[in-house]
Amino acid sequence: MVSSIEIQSILEKHPGARRDSLIPILQEVQEKDGYLSREAIVRIGAHLGLPASKIFGVATFYNQFRFQPQGRFHIQVCRGTACHVKGSARVLDAIEQALEVASGQTTRDGMFSLEVVACMGACGLAPVINVNGDFFAGVAPDEVKKILDTYRRKAADEAQTN
Amino acid sequence: MKPKLIEAKCCARCWHDADRPCPDLIACLGDGPICHDDETCKQKRRERIAGLRRETLTRPVIFVGMGTCGLAAGAGKTLVAVQAYLSNRKMEADVVEVGCIGLCSAEPLLDVQIPGRTRVCFQEVTEEKVDAVLDAALPGKISADGVLGQHRNDKLAPWPDVPYLDEHPFFAPQTRWVLAHCGLIDPTKIEEKIAHGGYGAFTKALGELSPEKLCDEVEQSGLRGRGGGGFPTGRKWKFALGTKSDHKYLICNADEGDPGAFMDRAVIEGDPHRLLEGIAIAAYAIGADKAYIYIRAEYPLAIERLKLAIAQARGYGLLGENILGSGFDLEVVIKQGAGAFVCGEETALIHSIEGKRGMPRPRPPFPAVRGLFDKPTIINNVETLANVPGIVQNGAEWFASVGTDTSKGTKVFALSGKVSRTGLAEVAMGTTIRQIVFDIGGGISDGKAYKAVQIGGPSGGCIPESELDIEVDYESLKTVGAIMGSGGLVVMDEDTCMVDVAKFFMDFIQRESCGKCVPCREGTRRMLEILQRITRGRRNETDMDALERFQGVMYLNRLAEVIQDTSLCGLGQTAPNPVLSTLRWFRDEYEAHIYERRCPAGVCKELLYYRIDADLCKGCGLCAKKCPADAIMGARKSPYYILPDKCIGCGTCAEVCRFGAVVVE
Repeated sequence: MVSSIEIQSILEKHPGARRDSLIPILQEVQEKDGYLSREAIVRIGAHLGLPASKIFGVATFYNQFRFQPQGRFHIQVCRGTACHVKGSARVLDAIEQALEVASGQTTRDGMFSLEVVACMGACGLAPVINVNGDFFAGVAPDEVKKILDTYRRKAADEAQTN
Repeated sequence: MKPKLIEAKCCARCWHDADRPCPDLIACLGDGPICHDDETCKQKRRERIAGLRRETLTRPVIFVGMGTCGLAAGAGKTLVAVQAYLSNRKMEADVVEVGCIGLCSAEPLLDVQIPGRTRVCFQEVTEEKVDAVLDAALPGKISADGVLGQHRNDKLAPWPDVPYLDEHPFFAPQTRWVLAHCGLIDPTKIEEKIAHGGYGAFTKALGELSPEKLCDEVEQSGLRGRGGGGFPTGRKWKFALGTKSDHKYLICNADEGDPGAFMDRAVIEGDPHRLLEGIAIAAYAIGADKAYIYIRAEYPLAIERLKLAIAQARGYGLLGENILGSGFDLEVVIKQGAGAFVCGEETALIHSIEGKRGMPRPRPPFPAVRGLFDKPTIINNVETLANVPGIVQNGAEWFASVGTDTSKGTKVFALSGKVSRTGLAEVAMGTTIRQIVFDIGGGISDGKAYKAVQIGGPSGGCIPESELDIEVDYESLKTVGAIMGSGGLVVMDEDTCMVDVAKFFMDFIQRESCGKCVPCREGTRRMLEILQRITRGRRNETDMDALERFQGVMYLNRLAEVIQDTSLCGLGQTAPNPVLSTLRWFRDEYEAHIYERRCPAGVCKELLYYRIDADLCKGCGLCAKKCPADAIMGARKSPYYILPDKCIGCGTCAEVCRFGAVVVE
């Protein structure tokens, strides 16, 4: 959760902002926080002189914006045409089964969140998934468990060193 | 460290500085000096340019292809391995991160150039292969092993036994104009771009051509919008040029939303200055003082490269106020899209930049008359703008000499799917689809049979085997129910179900429909439901469902017509295309789904039936244990059997069986 100070510092970067700064501001807040909280939306509205309902209207229109916190590891599954033809639906099934969450949700332990994206532009290497910016190319459904385990191990290692 | 190209003056007579810009800057840096005649100065300039073109190397250079696709294939690890190799052996070499040369299936790509010799490209250099490749290449022992090819360069000595890259079957049939420098030059250095002729067209336009003449030239070249619509670019510019206003805007549409298309990303990552030059020329032609680049937030690397390129161009006085003393001002701003397919539509894109929901509005007024902030606005696609410098530099006739009667120049296609070589291919208009798929793409992977190629994304259509010899051209593609679109080519083989493909696109479209007009919002959803019913199994079906299924099938065509005729924007008007096109060419597959209740390609899960082959079954019982519906019965050590009424068709049994005893029908 971003503190109100951080939201303030983002808003201060856009003095006298007009409506056309709305999407960049939303993007910056989400970049910091991983999602758009209710508080953030109200404050952005106050800054721009727009009702919160309008801000929600814009934010919910675009796929990029989330209203729930992200997991520690954010998994994006590409569902572009090339990935579909190469079997991304089965990869998505495998991930959903392994994590027991549906797309758009976060696992209960907050470890993984799952998102389906339209196309990542790596069609030549389909099917592609992306975990916190790391790309995995040509993923087969039976490799999913292995990929998830590496991240679980990574989290466990980090927990130990701390 | 040598001074930057712009600061490197040949002698005291060179007077260029930030306060007093020289209109001939680019020409002077390239083949100057222009204002005075001095052989030593000329020699200095020539040497500098040759160095930047890497024709006079003093130490080896290692290039790593670091586009998004390269990174996905592991180029990041390859780069780390290269740096470790050099530091472990205390070797001196330059490591350059370049964009994508276009052959994604051979990634990660690594090029090595040693002094005096041509540059050689190695394929599939994953981190563990780095040591072996560099061990051989750096001392100059290059053989044809693992080599994709050597770059052609008359000024350098070629390798005797290494094939040329431009003779490789993937590259030989291509005409690379837009992609000419992608993957070859360092995209983070404007100096290299200038040494390769970058910004020459822009300075030529500023110095020699009036905006009217520029629009004429582009119109005569026959350049048409590469984003899909195919509207003549020069004519579009004239609309904005002819509209009087205190401000005008140019928007570069880099919101590459079509799933299956990635040429814009590759151009921006590999050669951002080509796009910037195109933007600057277009802005000058229409009289715009501000240009927006609307780019997808999903392309972080492309955004980074663009930001850097804009800052560099500013540093050279090629953007900003009073560009090269011409009195022309241009500011370029990056706007990140927030993920909405409909924002590819011009008026929706404008709304999105204004900070509103990205919904289209009726036209007219067209954006060229009233667009962004109610000012005249021209919206061009990345590839369109990337073509502009070539036209200005070489003339309209040069551009129009390639292509068909109605479509001139080249088109970049993103080749993906079930094809041996995937990647970006730029071909002359008029090339056949067969050449692209079979010569450039190397045919279908794994020895399977060709079924179709999907072109134009969710607004496009499929091209079956019988129409493979069709020439790529805006008009001819329409005759087979497809469109040029942005150029995504997804190849499908016998294992692809065309009903499933249509369902995939309808699912995408109905999710991305903005919801403003009823035909698109409701129609696409109804259409998806019809397709879902067709692919649903009979297992859980009651009488009513069967009737609804048939009713849907009967109304499918009619519904498609209504959506096409009555939707507000291009997204809705083209939304039924994937269904109509698959229905036209693959009617038999629809019939198999509807009448025989089976999926010939074995994709639609609910239409598959599972049976256990009693001869192969060892009676281990694993399938029965894993079956989520308890549909498998039997006793251990004797063959098991599946109860068809209980089976939900999930396929788990087939996946877990170690003896291949589960037969799918």
